[in-house]
Amino acid sequence: MQADPKGVLTGVHFIDGDHACCEGTLAAGARFAAGYPITPSTEVVERFASRIPTVGGIFIQMEDELAASIAIQGAVWGGAKAFTVTSGPGFSLMMEHIGYAAMTETPCVFVNVQRGGPSTGLPTLPAQADMMQAKWGSHGDYGVIALCPNSPQECFDLTVTGFNLAEEFRVPVMMMLDECVGHMTEKVVIPEAEKIEITPRRFTKLPPEEFRLFQPQADKVPDMVKAGDGYRFHVTGLTHDERGYPSMNVDTQDRTIRRLQEKLTPLANGRALCDTEFLEDAEVVVVSYGITSRVAQRALQLAREQGIRAGKFRIISAWPFPEQRIRELAGRVKAFVVPELNLGQMVHEVERAAAGRAAVIPVSHAGGGVHQPATILKAIVEAAR
Amino acid sequence: MKEATIEKATLEIPIGIPADAVNPVEPFLRMDRMPHIWCPACGIGTTVNCFTRALLASKRNLDKVAIVSGIGCTGRVAGYAALDSFHTTHGRAIPFATGLKLSNPELDVVVYSGDGDLFAIGGNHFIHAARRNMDLKVICVNNLTYAMTGGQTAPTTPGGVISATAPYGVFEPSFNLVALAEAAGAAYVARWTTYHVKQLSRAMEEVFSRKGFCFIEVLSPCPTLYQRRNKMGDGLDAMKYYKEASKIRHGARASECDLTRDGEIVVGKFVDRERPDYAELLRAQMTETLGDKYAEPEVSCCSEC
Repeated sequence: MQADPKGVLTGVHFIDGDHACCEGTLAAGARFAAGYPITPSTEVVERFASRIPTVGGIFIQMEDELAASIAIQGAVWGGAKAFTVTSGPGFSLMMEHIGYAAMTETPCVFVNVQRGGPSTGLPTLPAQADMMQAKWGSHGDYGVIALCPNSPQECFDLTVTGFNLAEEFRVPVMMMLDECVGHMTEKVVIPEAEKIEITPRRFTKLPPEEFRLFQPQADKVPDMVKAGDGYRFHVTGLTHDERGYPSMNVDTQDRTIRRLQEKLTPLANGRALCDTEFLEDAEVVVVSYGITSRVAQRALQLAREQGIRAGKFRIISAWPFPEQRIRELAGRVKAFVVPELNLGQMVHEVERAAAGRAAVIPVSHAGGGVHQPATILKAIVEAAR
Repeated sequence: MKEATIEKATLEIPIGIPADAVNPVEPFLRMDRMPHIWCPACGIGTTVNCFTRALLASKRNLDKVAIVSGIGCTGRVAGYAALDSFHTTHGRAIPFATGLKLSNPELDVVVYSGDGDLFAIGGNHFIHAARRNMDLKVICVNNLTYAMTGGQTAPTTPGGVISATAPYGVFEPSFNLVALAEAAGAAYVARWTTYHVKQLSRAMEEVFSRKGFCFIEVLSPCPTLYQRRNKMGDGLDAMKYYKEASKIRHGARASECDLTRDGEIVVGKFVDRERPDYAELLRAQMTETLGDKYAEPEVSCCSEC
């Protein structure tokens, strides 16, 4: 279906990534947001608080991130598309409810504008050090989707995509911005509502007496209902059977938890989102994401000018990790160079997918700034040698 | 005042039960989940019985009543109620319910949870929902301990009591939930015990006719993990204590409602006041500042979308 024009600010704008992300939520149909102020993410909900009363929806500033991250899930089960926004310390507090969303298959979006950590860290400066936390931060095994925009335009586009994927797969989706992308101001084109494709909630067509809340469909994802429609359903964070009733035994645990990961397999394989360039003849591939991919772009240009056959693999969907694509490339390239604003996170995933068939060279940076193109270039040159 | 509207018949428990009689509360329960997990003489089942009778008396369309619980023994109530029901994370029933109510305002949203869940880990959410006067009906089954995890000290455990984590006796002062709720801004505050089943049913029914943040504390026995450890006898002894120690004092000052190990239990309705609730305040503010540009929230997407 097409976007509801009420939320779509069609036109050409000059706005930062946080504001573009907010416009993405509105275009995607989000009519409920709960937040708690934290730098450098607050602008997303500040804009939402300003925009939503004339669009028709709710913004509520909650008492903490624990409250914000569960209020959105209450709103989702009430029928809304909903999201919250935070940065490192708040993301840590939201982990419990990312697990709840994964377990209860509640489609919702968590925007994390990453800053330097650990703890209070660098409130106003960039990092990409929450990437592993996005996947593994809550206890137990589960699957999530994480998207990494590298421009304000993508903050808009991918936020719409993120909401759509959340609905399709019924998972929490992490929008993994970083302080630079969040605060970078560029041209953002918002298309007409009818040109924005929206994935509707997978509401069941079955009557209450035939419906089972966690009965997986052919794509391993169950259909959904909302409160107040007579289904009298039960949702619990306990391990539950297809009816949604607690069922705490090995069989149900195995069946349920495996499905929570397996339903995302298409995104690890053919449907992985990435942006590639010069891969045809590449012997060195730079794997990057977010703001680092913009620095890496310059390093790639310089490498090409030197006659090095360097290629680009920009991760857009970081989780599930696009392992099929990396595995294929590993068979025919010499090395992967992986710059990121952390001491080595996604590089381990690249190593795992490459499985020793290509060298994997991390270019780490503790955060607080971005790499120099020369630093990445040096790694490319050495890798090509 | 409102009591005249209660249909007494629906609250009466018949004395002679015919052999083919159906328990009138069965339609409100997920009978396919019985037996429940609660211990013999636990008071939670009694509160659920009162709640189902209150639902019956309130004549609510049950499709439009949602129940949200946190974690713990009382946290299991949502799982047994044949309503749209949510068993959330520990302490977070109130913020979940806040999102649910705001996205789907035609629902009556009931939060049904225990004292540890609502007032220790969830205490911050309780005071803020009361401050906002969020339109929620919060029922706290107060058994004075963390029962599901084995009887540890709760913020409500009275001084002098032995608990699993206070083997030499609790010395921290405990919360007075009535005073806390009143101070935070609740529109309705009552306390009953599981001995007072009729009064409790009426209070639960009454909050369905109230708007804003309503709070009912129900003192409820935990024979297994609280009484036994403190040599306080069994469930019957708890009922005798509730009967003898309870003083009905409607409108009592909240500061007089402290609970002790074996002292007086002040019960009754303490607060019943009109305050604009969150949704009304929101609408008033936005209408004043935005005028015609304000769009009423249409948060929920329909099944056809």
